[in-house]
Amino acid sequence: MKTRIAIIGAGVVGASIARVLSQYNGLEVHLIERNVDAGMGVSKANTGIIHPGHEDDPEKYPLRAKLCVEGNKLWYQWTKELGIPAKWPGELMVALEEEDMKVAEYYLELAQKNGVPGVRLVDREELLRLEPNANPNAAGALWAPTAGVMSSPMAAVALTENAVDNGVKFHPETEVRGIKVKNGEVKGVETNQGFIETDIVINAAGLYADRISAMAGIDHFTIRPRKGEYYIFDDDAGPKVRRIVHQTPTPTTKGVYVITEMNDGVMIGPTAEDLPEDAKDDTSTTKEGLEFVWEMAKKLVNGLPPKSRVIRTFAGLRPEPPDGRWIIEAYDDPWGFVNVAGIRSPGLTAAPAIAYYVVEELIMDKLDVKLTKKSHWNPYRDAFWFKALPREKQAELIKRNPAYGRIICMCRTITEGDIVDIIHRMKRMGVKTISLDGVKLRSGVMSGTCQGSYCRVRIANIIARETGIPLWKVSIKGEGTEYGIGDIKVLLRGEKNAE
Amino acid sequence: MRSEYDTVVIGGGPAGLAAAIKAKELGMSVLLIENREFLGGIPMQCVHPGFGLHYFKEDLTGTEFIHRIIERFRELDIEYYTNAHVLEIVPYSYRHKILRVVTEEGIFEVRAKTVIYATGARERHTFEIGITGHRVAGIYTAGEAQTMMDIYGIMPGREIVIVGSGDVGLIMARRFTLEGAHVKAVIELMPYPGGLTRNVVQCLEDFGIPLYLSHAVTRVEGKKRVERVIVTKVDENLRPIPGTEESIECDTVVLAAGLVPYLKVIEKAGVKIDPATKGPVVNGYLETSVPGIFVAGNALVINDLVDYVVEQGEEAAEGAYEFVKNGGLPALKWRKLVKGRNIRLAVPHYLADTKDVTIYARVAEPEENVKLRFPEIGKEIRLPFVRPSEMIRVKLRGDEIARAEGRITMEVVRDE
Repeated sequence: MKTRIAIIGAGVVGASIARVLSQYNGLEVHLIERNVDAGMGVSKANTGIIHPGHEDDPEKYPLRAKLCVEGNKLWYQWTKELGIPAKWPGELMVALEEEDMKVAEYYLELAQKNGVPGVRLVDREELLRLEPNANPNAAGALWAPTAGVMSSPMAAVALTENAVDNGVKFHPETEVRGIKVKNGEVKGVETNQGFIETDIVINAAGLYADRISAMAGIDHFTIRPRKGEYYIFDDDAGPKVRRIVHQTPTPTTKGVYVITEMNDGVMIGPTAEDLPEDAKDDTSTTKEGLEFVWEMAKKLVNGLPPKSRVIRTFAGLRPEPPDGRWIIEAYDDPWGFVNVAGIRSPGLTAAPAIAYYVVEELIMDKLDVKLTKKSHWNPYRDAFWFKALPREKQAELIKRNPAYGRIICMCRTITEGDIVDIIHRMKRMGVKTISLDGVKLRSGVMSGTCQGSYCRVRIANIIARETGIPLWKVSIKGEGTEYGIGDIKVLLRGEKNAE
Repeated sequence: MRSEYDTVVIGGGPAGLAAAIKAKELGMSVLLIENREFLGGIPMQCVHPGFGLHYFKEDLTGTEFIHRIIERFRELDIEYYTNAHVLEIVPYSYRHKILRVVTEEGIFEVRAKTVIYATGARERHTFEIGITGHRVAGIYTAGEAQTMMDIYGIMPGREIVIVGSGDVGLIMARRFTLEGAHVKAVIELMPYPGGLTRNVVQCLEDFGIPLYLSHAVTRVEGKKRVERVIVTKVDENLRPIPGTEESIECDTVVLAAGLVPYLKVIEKAGVKIDPATKGPVVNGYLETSVPGIFVAGNALVINDLVDYVVEQGEEAAEGAYEFVKNGGLPALKWRKLVKGRNIRLAVPHYLADTKDVTIYARVAEPEENVKLRFPEIGKEIRLPFVRPSEMIRVKLRGDEIARAEGRITMEVVRDE
């Protein structure tokens, strides 16, 4: 008989677990997501850094320290398999003052303890060679060459797509209302879409993991949202940075990063503002937060692009557990319940390693579920972008389908063919509502210079055509976020819109 | 299709169409490339009048205006592609550029002796004007809202707040009202309206729509869709004054916060940009700093009137014609046009005495009873008023330009 597993939350952690589980025989895996798509919560708004693993003290946070270093290595492979854009420029922890070099030395020690390769101290001269735009008055830096940057909005959708291709069932727009426990064992998950019968429930619900955990009777912790605000500059605005740059942490701040993100725009942020427990959907930006980021970033580098070249500001929330400790546990009571909660930074980096830990140490060892590897497991996601193909391939593609010859998003050079392909993939993955944000996560459309003011209506039209709904009903990110309110003349005449 | 053209026009709006028509009339081989699925550009979504008073001496709607231009374009049988996009312009030699174009028929390279860049402008959006808050549904740029309503027939929202009182914002206030929406306010950062006086009267006053001067929308709030905006008074340095916040309930925010020339492709080809116009630096032929690349319309400078845009298209075509005829523009003595008192921007940037030239300029501050003065050439024009919202258009003859030894200053002075 198959072991049935429900994973709650299709963020980067839940989706990574789903992908790892999809490598085994004898499982029926359900990935349950409240939003219209994977990766629309914590996972979509962060710095996108693949950390090297020298920032966690292995004595205080042994699991975090270990899984971060492992995750870094795994992403090197996973981003390639899944076609997630990534690069590996290395990271500089800059000591602005001479005395900050002591802090850098402390992190060098941690790097040694954690087994992070290549980490060493560099003096000012080498710092400026590695990063010509670094603050020329800085004392030096800690150099960690294994650090990377990835397109984090693409991560959870890519993981989910690959997991589904390998047999996982994805349930979007499915909100968990309760966990059924009988005789001390998990029996399934109550949702707004009906009951899903399972033997094991993995709680990867991000900001809401405390509420889910409480549904299973484990209510000793709360997850608080910690807000981070960011700026992104236009892709052709300079000066840029070559490396990931941040400052030596102080007791009050881990500091702001300056990076060049995957689309070539400089990004600065984040803040770290603790919000009240009930502010789990407050992803608003604030004047104070953005000003703080600006001032901090200015200290790190010799120059930032002018403020007039900012194309986006945004805020994301990180789930902060009590004492900063990840809660990754399998329980005897109720048997079959697994928490993967409070996955704060470096959660994105560690996600693949967390997934292997959950499957191997908790499900296989602790819960004693016998798993064998599938003989046929497809690690690859067959994704491509027109713009990244060689010229002959592009020509071939247009010949086969003229939609690849229509460039819809001029800022990011995304074609109608790319968008239609994405919509088909979303449908195959099990997405019910093809949303504008879903298309954006997967392609980067509407996130360039024009921020969609030119192309959004064109993309909405393609979605309307491909899904057979009226243009105004195309959703930005789920119910209540429709693109328009109705047909213009129908509304003027006071009639009801045709469905 | 041929592999080499005298000129390739990029952009099928009024500037590009006018340039292509003029170039063809001058006997050049012309190819026009448009990214959208139809020709016509922005006037296709402008169902309001105010177009063509100078050019056709008639008051037309945007669609009527562009229809006439497209008819002329069609009569001349000019080659064109819609749904086509120029990926790259390589300045291969002084006399040739190579364009890499993606179309539904494939990707091809085309050689052009000259390029006329007429891609228009993009709209400034929420993030670049310092609005904080929630990223929710119900926020549109004015052009996007106009496209939704007047090309695709769908309604963006019901209770509207418009940010910016330029002509686009004013016209959209009226447009929304006529379609049954409730425009609650138009918010303007400056102490004076950004658009033409006639539009303030016809689009706001006639409909009783309040205009908040010296105010900014500082924050958007809402859960899924916009629920309210926070509006704050600003001081003389345009900084929000704490304690003056006011909340306006609405479900839709429309941003008409100005336009920026959209120049991605020619920027990569290396053209020099003027920080004041945010468009390319050009000479009297509307040639950019990359020889043989000309520019016209809102890609050159943000215009008030489509009539000027068309005029610039024609001027760029004449420049391209000179370039093709002579194998490049003649070596000339260029005089720099220098911005003097109360001139915020002016194009062209360099003037030569070989031809008459039309200067388009904007002032920084509104003033009354002034003179527009070119001291080095002894030219003065009396003006009853100048306003930042109204472009100054003035012609200098070649013989006037010839009087200047070096630079030519343009300034606004009080008429004592």
